[in-house]
Amino acid sequence: MVLDYRLDTETEALRTMVREFANEVVRPQIGAFYEADEFPTAIVRQMGELGLFGLPIPEEYGGSGGDYFTLCVALEELARVDSSIAITLEAGVSLGAMPIFRFGTPAQKKEWLPRLCAGEALGAFGLTEAGGGSDAGSTRTTARLEDGQWVVNGSKAFITNSGTDLTELVTVTAVTGTRPDGGKEISAIIVPSGTPGFVVGQRYSKVGWNASDTRELSFTDVRVPAENLVGDRGRGYAQFLSILDEGRIAIAALAVGLAQGCVDESVKYAAEREAFGSPIGRNQAIQFMIADMEVRASTARLAYYRAAERMLRGEPFKREAAIAKLYSSEMAMENARYATQVHGGYGFMNEFPVARFYRDAKILEIGEGTSEVQRMLIARSLGVGA
Amino acid sequence: MNIVVLVKQVPDSGTERQLDSSDNTVARASADNVINEMDEYAIEEALTVKESQGGEVTVLTVGPDGATDAIRKALSMGADKAVHVSDEAIHGSCAVQTSAVIAAALSQLEYDLVICGAESTDGRVSVMPALLSERLGIPHLSGARKLTVDGSTLKVERQTDGGFWALEAQTPAIVSTWDTINEPRYPSFKGIMAAKKKPVETKSLADLGVDAGTVGLATATSQVLDFAGRPPKGEGVKVTDEGDGAEKLVGFLASQKLV
Ligand SMILES: Cc1cc2nc3c(=O)[nH]c(=O)nc-3n(C[C@H](O)[C@H](O)[C@H](O)COP(=O)(O)OP(=O)(O)OC[C@H]3O[C@@H](n4cnc5c(N)ncnc54)[C@H](O)[C@@H]3O)c2cc1C
Ligand SMILES: Cc1cc2nc3c(=O)[nH]c(=O)nc-3n(C[C@H](O)[C@H](O)[C@H](O)COP(=O)(O)OP(=O)(O)OC[C@H]3O[C@@H](n4cnc5c(N)ncnc54)[C@H](O)[C@@H]3O)c2cc1C
Repeated sequence: MVLDYRLDTETEALRTMVREFANEVVRPQIGAFYEADEFPTAIVRQMGELGLFGLPIPEEYGGSGGDYFTLCVALEELARVDSSIAITLEAGVSLGAMPIFRFGTPAQKKEWLPRLCAGEALGAFGLTEAGGGSDAGSTRTTARLEDGQWVVNGSKAFITNSGTDLTELVTVTAVTGTRPDGGKEISAIIVPSGTPGFVVGQRYSKVGWNASDTRELSFTDVRVPAENLVGDRGRGYAQFLSILDEGRIAIAALAVGLAQGCVDESVKYAAEREAFGSPIGRNQAIQFMIADMEVRASTARLAYYRAAERMLRGEPFKREAAIAKLYSSEMAMENARYATQVHGGYGFMNEFPVARFYRDAKILEIGEGTSEVQRMLIARSLGVGA
Repeated sequence: MNIVVLVKQVPDSGTERQLDSSDNTVARASADNVINEMDEYAIEEALTVKESQGGEVTVLTVGPDGATDAIRKALSMGADKAVHVSDEAIHGSCAVQTSAVIAAALSQLEYDLVICGAESTDGRVSVMPALLSERLGIPHLSGARKLTVDGSTLKVERQTDGGFWALEAQTPAIVSTWDTINEPRYPSFKGIMAAKKKPVETKSLADLGVDAGTVGLATATSQVLDFAGRPPKGEGVKVTDEGDGAEKLVGFLASQKLV
């Protein structure tokens, strides 16, 4: 029997390092960036120097030589303190670098990966359009081959990391033709920032993730070399979906971090805050809320460990990733609600971390596949409705 | 320049720390053990000197088997190799005995510069570098807030309450550092992975030629006879403003050496 979820020495050391970095570097500054709706470029660069953006990528491409699980562990520790920072890393690696690492040509890997892994450059991934996210197959953006160049036209919505000072590319999905069965042929194409006709819109005004960069993108006769195709023509959609499967494990780890941060803050506050002459933590009602929060966070952690373990062993993990993503995002939302409750009125004040947790939790049930999409995937994997 | 950094593993000063009631020694086995905070600055300084002068950084630790965690962290920050002195007989040693062990280990190494923290957060005797300087017959530049290396000349700004002293010595020498000297780096993930492959040599007292009877609780120069918990926080001082509130406040802060 093999049943061992202890971390090895190196992964434990990584966890400690990221925890210290999150507490000492991120915690004191992030509130101000969040309030100002500002992207914390300097913090992101420092994360790059620590090798976080290259975690799952081998050293030969400039990566750190870890694996996808080490990325998840780092995300959990960051999100325990702040989710904007964590999603910047998550999107930068799992959506920015991984498609190129998994499906790129040797030349594309050589050109982009070293800078992406070092955190000197950020990559974004543009799938969602204003007209459809869950139904990604409804893509309207088009790309046609003309004189050895792709000519891209269309727009993308809600694209993370697409307009920061560090952003150097967006990989977009576009319709490149018609499949033999009459369906849309969707492919993925790298569009470097600054290409004429590629316009990066203003930052959205968001409920949460305010120190993360999210923008609308538009493409008008944007010309890029034919070699910018990532992966196989017509397989863009399928390849994207596999990238999203991995990404769900990463989002689950991020949700677990947020949920654990809720526990951390609540334990502290319950001991400090007094009401009716004693710390509020003396009340069983508060104790039980915190106990339930801990139960959810630790259960969700097991779910993402399991999904990651299957992925690293090369076994199918689509269902496990969907389970981890669904459960952890919904329980993160619960924990954020409870943690805010434990904090009373202060929990509604932006200067308290739990207020950020509350605002940041909701998107976890929407991004990289809504809860409904996860349920669809899980039901489908059980053969329901087939 | 060959540098040896002295690194001690201590119970985390941010957590509740205990003495073992059976022999009044620091309870290490049950504690959350970390690198002594000041030693991280010593490691950073050693790495900075190495980056400008070349050479090698060796970590030297005297402590139980679990101290390998502290060693690994130092290696993951960028030190090249380590010597770990571990021997049951050392348990309960006083500062004087520990200094004999460290001195013996240093004598088996080639060094131009020894860097250590100015104090540990558990023993807090703050005498280790002075004891070593005496035993090894090398200059001791204590309490550094700044270190400059120029060939074999070391210049140190020694931090004091009112300012600093300018000190100078030739290598080999020992320098102890305060937390004002630099900002320790975080180990990168590559550093963490690389640490796995770096050599760590474990030595016993016999390897060092130290007689086990000269160290340990039984022959320690000082012994803890009794201990008590810190008394709960007092009431504090209440300053009532009678037009001179500010003066009284400043007077209080000054009396506590806070300003
Ligand atoms: C801050 C932020 C960052 C983002 N970053 C990125 C990014 O970097 N790249 C990117 O490509 N996208 C990104 N997105 C987009 C995100 O992935 C989509 O918003 C998400 O997939 C949902 O798509 P939608 O908004 O179009 O909602 P819709 O698909 O319109 O869904 C609306 C509702 O209908 C439900 N629904 C839809 N279809 C079904 C069905 N068949 N059965 C039952 N219920 C259904 C959904 O679950 C949801 O509740 C980001 C979004 C946000 C808010
Ligand atoms: C009364 C008393 C009783 C004690 N009893 C015990 C006991 O029972 N068990 C026990 O383990 N300790 C005990 N100690 C602590 C023990 O004496 C010290 O740990 C040890 O001698 C070094 O002293 P220090 O760490 O306080 O040195 P300091 O002078 O405060 O340390 C300065 C620097 O020296 C270096 N250094 C110190 N120790 C080491 C080391 N071991 N390895 C590598 N570098 C080092 C570090 O760089 C450190 O920052 C006791 C101390 C006192 C005062």
